[in-house]
Amino acid sequence: MQTPAPFDYARASSLEHALELLDRHGPDARVVAGGHSLLPMLKLRVAYVDWLVDINDLRDLDYVRVDGDAIAIGALTRHATLLESPLLAEHYRIFADAERVIADPVVRNRGTIGGSLCQADPSEDLAAVCSALRAEMVLRSAEGTRRVPAREFHQGPYETACRPAEILTEVRVPIRAGWVGSAYRKVERRAGDWPVAAAGAFVQVDGDTVTDVGIGLTAVGAPHFCAPEAEERLRGGSAGDGELTAAAELAAEASNPQTDQRGPADYKRHLARELTLRSLRRAVARARGQGG
Amino acid sequence: MQVTMTVNGDEVSADVEPRLLLVHFLRDHLRLTGTHWGCDTSNCGACVVWIDGVPVKSCTVLTVMAGGHQIRTVEGLEVDGRLDPVQEGFMQEHGLQCGFCTPGMMLTARWLLDREPDPDEATIRDAISGNICRCTGYEDIVRAVRWAAEHPRGAGTADDEVAVGDQVEEVQA
Repeated sequence: MQTPAPFDYARASSLEHALELLDRHGPDARVVAGGHSLLPMLKLRVAYVDWLVDINDLRDLDYVRVDGDAIAIGALTRHATLLESPLLAEHYRIFADAERVIADPVVRNRGTIGGSLCQADPSEDLAAVCSALRAEMVLRSAEGTRRVPAREFHQGPYETACRPAEILTEVRVPIRAGWVGSAYRKVERRAGDWPVAAAGAFVQVDGDTVTDVGIGLTAVGAPHFCAPEAEERLRGGSAGDGELTAAAELAAEASNPQTDQRGPADYKRHLARELTLRSLRRAVARARGQGG
Repeated sequence: MQVTMTVNGDEVSADVEPRLLLVHFLRDHLRLTGTHWGCDTSNCGACVVWIDGVPVKSCTVLTVMAGGHQIRTVEGLEVDGRLDPVQEGFMQEHGLQCGFCTPGMMLTARWLLDREPDPDEATIRDAISGNICRCTGYEDIVRAVRWAAEHPRGAGTADDEVAVGDQVEEVQA
């Protein structure tokens, strides 16, 4: 039987209460939302906490809505909500592409976007999605609110910019005007598994010209889950297949995969290239209104 | 710490350790052993129960997190001695061999049918993709869920009578 080491538990009744609890109990207090990342680690005893602060009652952190020039996603929004969100489907199909292959429907009922991002697993799908979209993380503490770009939020495996006594409350994805498409592709060993490798992209086009682009990678050791050289290669250039292929090659070079039980490093690098290419192709097609 | 929740319509209270997982609370404290304890890693789905009408894996939920919520286990599928059509479907179509995955399968299936009363095979397979049958009896499980979809009020109900009537008419025609 897998049983976590003993800890104390407190249920937050408001965001202020949660911050107060974290502040009172110090750096060995952790926030638990869906618990589908943290509880398995506690059960396996690769993580230990003195206090768990349960934020599941903070229902006002569960939303997907337009807020100014961004789509604002509350940190307590469940995977199932992201998968079915009409607003995300309208602006960024990369979310539904990714959510469809994250875990399984029952797990998606419970797991949250905030928990997934704060866990900072090096194979996390939503980390690649947020990195591709250059989302912003909104962090709250007793001192106030600060915003951290997604590409600075993840600082390494299981490490984020979120400090003790600070809570990720919202993910903000900029709404981009014009012809914009996005997509996510993942190779997994079995339904619902972590990726062997995965890549996602958004592309904004004007005619045949790429006006903006974002590429995210996960499980392949790309720093901050992104491939800036590949983006640079595409920005301002043609959206033709030759250019997309060259960019995908740069994305593979930006990756630094490790051989493990999910596959050898060279295979994962191959996947980084191929999945980036396929994401870019699909994103360009969707930007031009060609479904699929 | 003290926790109070509703399980299959009954309010229960207990003094538990915060680290006690919901699956063990249901099985060991309440003796509701219909909920099975399988992989312990939220992969297999044998421990699925509903929290506030939504299926979750109870090996990855703390008992204290369930406090104040409505829990439904496989024991709660039967109402007043009447089996849920999903339970009947698993009997009719031999939707189980060893039976270990069955409670989780049925609770996930009931949720699917509540949301989508007439799912096709691909939809059923997707819905139960978080429930693993180690006997690999998926063909019959999918048929069992389809049976429940086709008999929303169970066996021997108006649905069956209509079906019989249809056949008679065909013969006469």
